[in-house]
Amino acid sequence: MSRPEDQGPAELYYGDAEAQKYTNNSRIQKIQAEMTHRALELLALPPDQPLFLLDIGCGSGLSGEILDELGYIWAGVDIAPSMLQVALEREVEGDLFLQDIGQGFGFRPGSFDGAISISVLQWLLTSPSSHPNDTPPARLTRFFTTLYAVLRNPSRAVFQFYPETDDQITLITTIARKPASVVELSSTIPIHARHAKCSSVSCMDVDNEGLPRGLNGEDPNEEKRNVTFERRRARERLHGKKKKKGGIDKEWILKKKELYRQRGKQDVPNDSKYTGRRRKPVF
Amino acid sequence: MVRLITHNLLACHVRGCTTNNFPLAFKDVEIQLREAEFNQDFLRGFLPKLEWRALVDTAKSLNDQSLPDTPPAPEQMDTEFLKALHHVLLEIHVEEGAMVCANCGHVYPISNGIPNMLLQEHEL
Ligand SMILES: C[S@@+](CC[C@H](N)C(=O)[O-])C[C@H]1O[C@@H](n2cnc3c(N)ncnc32)[C@H](O)[C@@H]1O
Ligand SMILES: [Zn+2]
Repeated sequence: MSRPEDQGPAELYYGDAEAQKYTNNSRIQKIQAEMTHRALELLALPPDQPLFLLDIGCGSGLSGEILDELGYIWAGVDIAPSMLQVALEREVEGDLFLQDIGQGFGFRPGSFDGAISISVLQWLLTSPSSHPNDTPPARLTRFFTTLYAVLRNPSRAVFQFYPETDDQITLITTIARKPASVVELSSTIPIHARHAKCSSVSCMDVDNEGLPRGLNGEDPNEEKRNVTFERRRARERLHGKKKKKGGIDKEWILKKKELYRQRGKQDVPNDSKYTGRRRKPVF
Repeated sequence: MVRLITHNLLACHVRGCTTNNFPLAFKDVEIQLREAEFNQDFLRGFLPKLEWRALVDTAKSLNDQSLPDTPPAPEQMDTEFLKALHHVLLEIHVEEGAMVCANCGHVYPISNGIPNMLLQEHEL
């Protein structure tokens, strides 16, 4: 199966039918909800404060519903009218904007107390067909430069996205760091916040099978956390498989692990007599 | 839902449009009022982010005169004031119409409560 990003522009890929299908898929709901909770954890917002957040590529509001439940006031931007329409039908509370994040933000400086973006950034790695001359680096630069401006100082943005190659990660993280060295911006973003932002870019990669591969990390703790996150996802995936097959399928796990090792995945656990046994969940 | 809370944060983002690009003026609007949960702490916390003048003028352009021309000092914010602020920021929904930049004239159409912020290539 090819990746959605390769199948034309997001606003067309997420048309009426796909927007419904995406939003009503219980597996997607569960995964996006988990990643939203994780992103909020990484945002590390001060507790018990009603804050104003930005959901970048908010889609049909799967994250927004969680923000609503938690009492955050938020605004969401997305390029796909059909996804926003579904968000309206689901009656999320946030203000929605039809916007191409590759064109940058027009909010006033310091508008938001934090931002999350779940499964979106990979879409900035191809040129939009409506603006074929607008290259990914130009779009990423506009995105990050204006994003830093609209975030309160200090604050944080957490991204979960699906890069295809290491080069893409390098491209994104390099550009993500650059605006901070732009003169006007560096004066408003203290070094520590800049680093917080970079290291909380949480990169996940999912192959055709949907098994994530954790990437990235500057801050070793952050790295560990991402990997833990990734392992949990992987384990859940195994559990899901297990249920379908009506029993623990050790052989299937061993085969998967072998496949991941072949593909050069770093932290595939060693095989042991415990492989495939039920374990307590960890985060 | 364009509410004044987000309208007050929104400036024109056409390239080169950097002065007199805020606030965007509402045009031909259709409005709906919808009740929202009253949260004093949020309002107090949000106040420093607001451009007060723009908020008062925009509210007036939507026929709401309930806000004072200057915001009261924090210790003088009574419930009456906060309720009015709450209503203006969070309960007035602009469903249809447009927002227009006073500087470059760019029109951001609003349909179904969602403003279209997309730019043309020459505006990037
Ligand atoms: C996989 S969906 C994720 C939606 C939502 N964040 C969630 O977790 O359910 C990817 C979303 O990114 C949006 N998107 C893609 N490119 C975009 C762009 N340039 N600007 C804004 N949104 C974009 C798509 O329209 C789509 O809604
Ligand atoms: Zn303008």
